[in-house]
Amino acid sequence: MLECSGKSERKKQYLERGISMKSLQELAAIRERMKDKVSLRSGENETRIVVGMATCGISAGARPVLNAFVEEVAKEGLSDKVTVTQTGCIGICQYEPVVEVFEADKEKVTYVYMTAEKAKRVVEEHIKGGKVVTEYTIGNIKA
Amino acid sequence: MIRSHVLICTGTGCTSSGSAKIATALEQELENKGLAEEVKIVKTGCFGLCALGPIMIIYPEGTFYSKVTAEDVPEIVEEHLLKGRIVNRLVYNDAEAEKKVEDIAVSLGETTFYKKQKRLALRNCGVINPEVIDEYIAMDGYAALGKVLTEMTPEEVIQVIKDSGLRGRGGGGFPTGVKWSFAAANASDKKYVVCNADEGDPGAFMDRSVLEGDPHAVLEAMAIAGYAIGADEGYIYVRAEYPIAIKRLQIAIDQAREYNLLGKDIFGTGFNFDINIRLGAGAFVCGEETALLASIEGKRGEPRPRPPFPAVKGLFGKPTIINNVETYANVCQIILNGADWFSSFGTEKSKGTKVFALGGKITNTGLVEVPMGTTLREVVEEIGGGIPNGKKFKAAQTGGPSGGCIPAEHFDVPIDYDNLIAIGSMMGSGGLIVMDEDNCMVDIAKFFLEFTVDESCGKCSPCRVGTKRLYEMLEKITSGKGTLEDLDKMEKLCYYIKENSLCGLGQTAPNPVLSTLRYFRDEYEAHVVEKRCPAGVCKDLLSYEIIADKCKGCSLCSKKCPVGAISGQIKSPFVIDKTKCIKCGVCMSTCKFGAIVKK
Repeated sequence: MLECSGKSERKKQYLERGISMKSLQELAAIRERMKDKVSLRSGENETRIVVGMATCGISAGARPVLNAFVEEVAKEGLSDKVTVTQTGCIGICQYEPVVEVFEADKEKVTYVYMTAEKAKRVVEEHIKGGKVVTEYTIGNIKA
Repeated sequence: MIRSHVLICTGTGCTSSGSAKIATALEQELENKGLAEEVKIVKTGCFGLCALGPIMIIYPEGTFYSKVTAEDVPEIVEEHLLKGRIVNRLVYNDAEAEKKVEDIAVSLGETTFYKKQKRLALRNCGVINPEVIDEYIAMDGYAALGKVLTEMTPEEVIQVIKDSGLRGRGGGGFPTGVKWSFAAANASDKKYVVCNADEGDPGAFMDRSVLEGDPHAVLEAMAIAGYAIGADEGYIYVRAEYPIAIKRLQIAIDQAREYNLLGKDIFGTGFNFDINIRLGAGAFVCGEETALLASIEGKRGEPRPRPPFPAVKGLFGKPTIINNVETYANVCQIILNGADWFSSFGTEKSKGTKVFALGGKITNTGLVEVPMGTTLREVVEEIGGGIPNGKKFKAAQTGGPSGGCIPAEHFDVPIDYDNLIAIGSMMGSGGLIVMDEDNCMVDIAKFFLEFTVDESCGKCSPCRVGTKRLYEMLEKITSGKGTLEDLDKMEKLCYYIKENSLCGLGQTAPNPVLSTLRYFRDEYEAHVVEKRCPAGVCKDLLSYEIIADKCKGCSLCSKKCPVGAISGQIKSPFVIDKTKCIKCGVCMSTCKFGAIVKK
C-alpha cells in the first residue's frame, strides 16, 4: 500500500496558514517566502561574513555573535547577497571573537572582540551602509 | 534562525549505503549539541555521484563530504557545524581538488564530475527536499503551469514544445511537440496523459532519480501536457521496484492536491487535472507504450500493432499521449525559459541535454547530465573519471538491451540520437555501460540477449522463438562449438527478427549482437576458429596452467583449490588436473609467484 506520512498533520498546518491556492499571487507569495530559505544552497555570495568558531572563539562568546549576524542579515533581507559562515582558529586567540568580512574587490576587514550588539552595528553600517566600523577593527584595538 | 543547511542524499543509491541512519544520527547529535535550531537537515534526491555515497553537502560553505558513515556524524557536528573546521578526511577528492589551496574544501560545482555537466532535467535533484512542495515552489515550481493556464493557448504551448526541438528521452527520440499535436487534433470527450516510468534497462536509473529528487517537476509537466491536448486525467506507470520513488510521488501528489495545483479549477482558470499512480510488476515489455497502456487497463502487458497510435486510440480507447519521465522533466524549463533557450543546447537535430547512468568499468559510477553532442570521450574520461586500475577502454554500451556497443574508434563521436543510430547503437533511455579489455564482447552480447529472451512477452514468434535461437547460437560459440557459418546465420536471423517483430522489444533485441558482430568480429572469430576467448571470460574456452619454471612448490594453490584439482610434491612444480578443474581462478589469485596463467 502507498503511504503518505503525516498527511492530515500537514493539511492542518496549511489550513492554519490559510493556504488554498486560488491564484498566481498566492503561488508567488510562497515562492518569495521560501526563496530566502533555499538561497543558502545557491553557493557563495559576493559578501562573506566569517566568524571564528574554534574552541578559542566559542569560549570567548562567538556563538551569539554568529547567530546575531545570521539574524540581522535575514532581517535586513540581505540573504541573497551576504553569506554568513564560520571558520576555525585564525591565530589571534586573544582577540576573539574575531569576525572577518570579505567583499569583492575590497580588502578584507577584521573585527575583534565582537559581541552580538556590535554585530548589529556592523550589519547596519558596514554591510548595508558600506562604511567600515573602524572602532571595532583590529588596528584600533590595543591588546 | 537557520544558519546552515545539511543536505543528505536519500536517493535509492545512498539509502542502500545507509544515508537514513546518518540522518537519524545527525538529528540526535544536533539535539545533543543544542544546534537543532541553527542547522537544518534537508533530505534530497540523487546528486549523481552514487559510487561515493552516502553523500552529504553542508551549506553555506558547499562542502562536499563523501562516503559518510553514522560514526562520522559526531565529528562533523563538533568540527564543522560547531567550530567551522572542515573535516578534511571526508572531503571528496578528485585530481583537480588536490591542487587547490589548503583547507578550503572543494565544493560540488568545482569538481571535474560536475563542471562539464549541464543539469536541466536534474536541476533540482540534490538541491531541494522532494517531500516539501514549498521548496519546489521556491525554485520557480508551478510557475510554468501558472504561465500556460493564464497566458497561453494550448496551441501556443504545443508550438513552444515543437520549436524547442525536445525529443522523447525514453528511447525512440520522437519529437515531443509533434506527438502532443497529434493527440490535440483528435477530438474526444476524454483524453489521457501518461508518464512512462517503467524504467527497465539494466543499469539505467535516471527516471528513478528524477522521481525521487524532483517529483513535482513531472506532475507539473503532465498538467501542462493535459492543458495542451485537452486532457483532465493523468497516469504515472512506475515499477513497484522503486519504493522510494513511489512514496515521494504519492506525497507530491497529495501536496499538490492540498494546494489545489492538481484537482479542480486550478488557479481559478477552470482547468481540471488530476494524476493517479499505477504500479507495474517490472516486466521489461511494459516500457513499450501499447503494452504499458494495456497494463494500466488491468490487462496482460502485451503490445498490440500500431497504428492506431495511442494519440488516436490509447488508454481505454481514448486519445493519449505517453512520455518518459526525463522528457517531462524538461517541459517546465522550456515553458519558463523559452524554446530558443532550450534549443541553444545540443546539436542540430538533438536539442537540450541527456542524462546518462554511468556504470560498468568506470571510476565515477553515477548519474550525469550533459548537453547533446558531448563526446563519449568527455563523458567517460573527464566526467566519469576514466577506467579504474589503468585498464584500456574497449567499448561503451548504450541503450541497454536495445542498443549496441560503441568501440574505441568512435570515442570522439558527438553523442546524439542520429549519430548513435548511424554507428549501430541507440540513445535508449540513457544507460551507459563502460567495458574494458577484460570484457568479452561475445559474452556481453549473450548477457543482453539472455535478458531479452527472458523478457520477451511471447506474443509474436519472431521475438519469442527468434531471440531464443539466437541465444543458443551465442551459447554454441562461447562454448567453443561454433562454426564460421554460424556467424553468417546469426546475422541473417538478427535481421529477420528486427524486420518481423511486433514491437520495439523484438525489433531492437538483436542490436547487441549486430553491433558486436560489426565491430568485434575478430573476437567472434577467435572463439570459433581458434577456440579461444581473447578476454579470458568464456569459461569453456579457458584453461589454467602452472608454469613449471616459476612454481616454487609452496602448495598454497592446491590447498585453496575447492575441487582438489591441483597436486604435486612440496618444493617441486605442481600440476593442474584439467578434467577436475572448474576454472574458478582461485589458484591464480592465490599464487604469489605469478606461476599460474589463464589461456
